[in-house]
Amino acid sequence: MTARGTGGRTLGDTADTSSRSGPASALIPVLTVTISLLGLCLLWSLAANAWPSRAFPGPGQVWQVLLREAASGDLFYHLGATLGRVAAAYVVAMIVGSVIGILLGSHRGADRFFSPWVILFLNIPALVVIVLAYIWFGLNEVAAIGAVAVNKIPNVVVTMREGARALDPRYAEMAAIYRFGPLERVRHILLPQLQPYLAAASRSGIALIWKIVLVVELLGRSNGVGFQIYLYFQLFDVAAILAYTLAFVAVMLVIELLLVQPVERHATRWRRRPA
Amino acid sequence: MQPVGAAVPLRVDIAEKTFRSAQGVSVTALKDLSFEVRQGEFACLLGPSGCGKTTTLRILLGLDRQFSGSFQLPEGGSNRVAAVFQEPTLLPWRTVEQNVRLALPKDLRAKNLDGLFDTLGLAGMRSFYPAELSLGLARRAALARAFATEPAMLFLDEPFVSLDGRTAEQLRRLLLTVWSARPTTALMVTHNLTEALTLSDRIIVLAPRPAHVLGIFDVRLPRQHRSPQAISDLLRSFHQKFPGVI
Repeated sequence: MTARGTGGRTLGDTADTSSRSGPASALIPVLTVTISLLGLCLLWSLAANAWPSRAFPGPGQVWQVLLREAASGDLFYHLGATLGRVAAAYVVAMIVGSVIGILLGSHRGADRFFSPWVILFLNIPALVVIVLAYIWFGLNEVAAIGAVAVNKIPNVVVTMREGARALDPRYAEMAAIYRFGPLERVRHILLPQLQPYLAAASRSGIALIWKIVLVVELLGRSNGVGFQIYLYFQLFDVAAILAYTLAFVAVMLVIELLLVQPVERHATRWRRRPA
Repeated sequence: MQPVGAAVPLRVDIAEKTFRSAQGVSVTALKDLSFEVRQGEFACLLGPSGCGKTTTLRILLGLDRQFSGSFQLPEGGSNRVAAVFQEPTLLPWRTVEQNVRLALPKDLRAKNLDGLFDTLGLAGMRSFYPAELSLGLARRAALARAFATEPAMLFLDEPFVSLDGRTAEQLRRLLLTVWSARPTTALMVTHNLTEALTLSDRIIVLAPRPAHVLGIFDVRLPRQHRSPQAISDLLRSFHQKFPGVI
């Protein structure tokens, strides 16, 4: 149990293991990431100096804009609005997509019938769904979040369908013999088996959703990062566009590090080597 | 603890069980299979590999309902059945103790399992995940799960295959220990005659496909007197009664 590396700070580990190898081994990846990002900034700064232009600001200028927007409170207001939409669309897409995907994966006939629908929805451009949602349901929050979710749902369906097909019937039989209740089956039999597929759908989901949310905001909302980017596009203010983009990317990175990865580590604690 | 409730035996009366392949070929696995296991008795279903023993067990466990015929399960205890499969089938994402407790009826979830874990030598492994156990230990955990539910009927499907001889022997002894503490009507599928003679009160000998009962071999010798010498005597009389089987 001690050979778990960075994923080792789980329930069963003794305190002395994490105090001896924990901080040191946890510091190296952080250091690597920092140096790597600083290198990218340096390259950007050199390029901006080589080709000075209002359309290509250096990291310093972007930082200035970021501080200005943060001081006025605008940054946090718009980040918050976008983050709220991302979260809502993510929850809706994951729940609806998982339920449909599991049903299709476990019913062959239904899968054969609905498979063309899934392919159709997979290939409808995000823009079309958004435009139609605004036309049919009006320029409101429900239409915005719904449109984003509809764009993501087919992806979740496809991933979760694979997961449901890979379910091991022996566990279901064991649960039947020992009379597990319906909720216990979901919690102890179904979800743990689907966990890798849920993780895959989540990972690709969050990235896709936040990009679509920007389009939704650009087309029909009056706040959010997408709205701000559209505003600064009309002003040709590249520094502000980059400031908002990078700020939101940073938010997503923090969510990945502080929320997604710890949750995943907890969910895979029973594996000998965490994925 | 003695089994409670009326002395209802396990009564099996399967008229026919047929498998149909995707190509439309049908194979009759069981035909006119009927036998009884008395209350509190340990019986073995003995037959060559692939003769339909596991199919019979799946029907009795309620996992396969596509057959003609009927069966009746004994009552008592938690009025449940328990099963130990060829594979331990523990949930890899739950600890040994969680695996055992999850199988218990709601009102028994909090019951004290110290004695059972001690007997099976699992006391120090309650918080281990199944991947951290050897196959022998995982089998013990599967036995613990089955016995913890205090079932009215226990089914075992070759629970000691793919273990080395010594580990299998040790597990057989453990099985007898926990079983003797609460004699439960049990039906074990095996193709190992020595194992059947060591463990059971009666052996139900099956003929190859389509499976039906060839005969019953009662082992009346008390288990504690089944020395290697006694087992080899039993083997001889079994072969006299069923020449050519196994």
